[in-house]
Amino acid sequence: MKMNNVILKTTTQVVFFIIFLFSIHIFLAGHFAPGGGFVGGLLTASALVLLLLTYDLKTVKNLLPINYMTLTAVGLLLALGTASLSAFFGEAFFMHYFDHFNIPLLGDTELHTAMIFDLGVYFVVVGVTMIIIQSIGGDE
Amino acid sequence: MIDVILKIALTLFSLTIAISFYRVAKGPSMPDRIVGLDTIGVNLLSMVAIISILFGTKAYLEVILILGILSFIGTIAFSKFLERGVIIERKSNR
Repeated sequence: MKMNNVILKTTTQVVFFIIFLFSIHIFLAGHFAPGGGFVGGLLTASALVLLLLTYDLKTVKNLLPINYMTLTAVGLLLALGTASLSAFFGEAFFMHYFDHFNIPLLGDTELHTAMIFDLGVYFVVVGVTMIIIQSIGGDE
Repeated sequence: MIDVILKIALTLFSLTIAISFYRVAKGPSMPDRIVGLDTIGVNLLSMVAIISILFGTKAYLEVILILGILSFIGTIAFSKFLERGVIIERKSNR
């Protein structure tokens, strides 16, 4: 039976971007407000799950050609690289650095290397969640 | 004054959740239970908003949005399972 779910498809096309932007906001707010890499990654994964629910596995793979195994590996590499960066400078493992920079549009901004570690956590969470959901949901 | 009003609102919302839970537990058909769970999600979201006013903090405002998103996606997944038998299709026949 052919189903015409045009309401769900139109809603998804709007709501997907709202969830994705909100997940990026949560990810960036993690230092001074509730949030961080884990919640942001889960929200991005839930936006992708919404796409999977509305369309099918093959369409989403054509839409976003991401290999989630590679994404998980890149995330782990980012986390490990940030942690071992200070070891190369002769300081303790997991030493983080931060400084204030003057970015043209944002003004005085505090950039922190813990952010790159958080980006690794974000990638790992998105990758692992999508691997689990795709490999369970893709079974016939 | 406003504390009393907020606490009365919390009591009423928890009463609503109790009534919706009766529908979830008793509901004769599956769609009844899904609508009951969706109602519980929306009322829980309102309770979080009132509690964040009561505590005077802005730290819970993200929880409201996340609860709304998760309740939405959960309801869609449940209703798609009821309608088609699968949640994620391998390939659609368009």
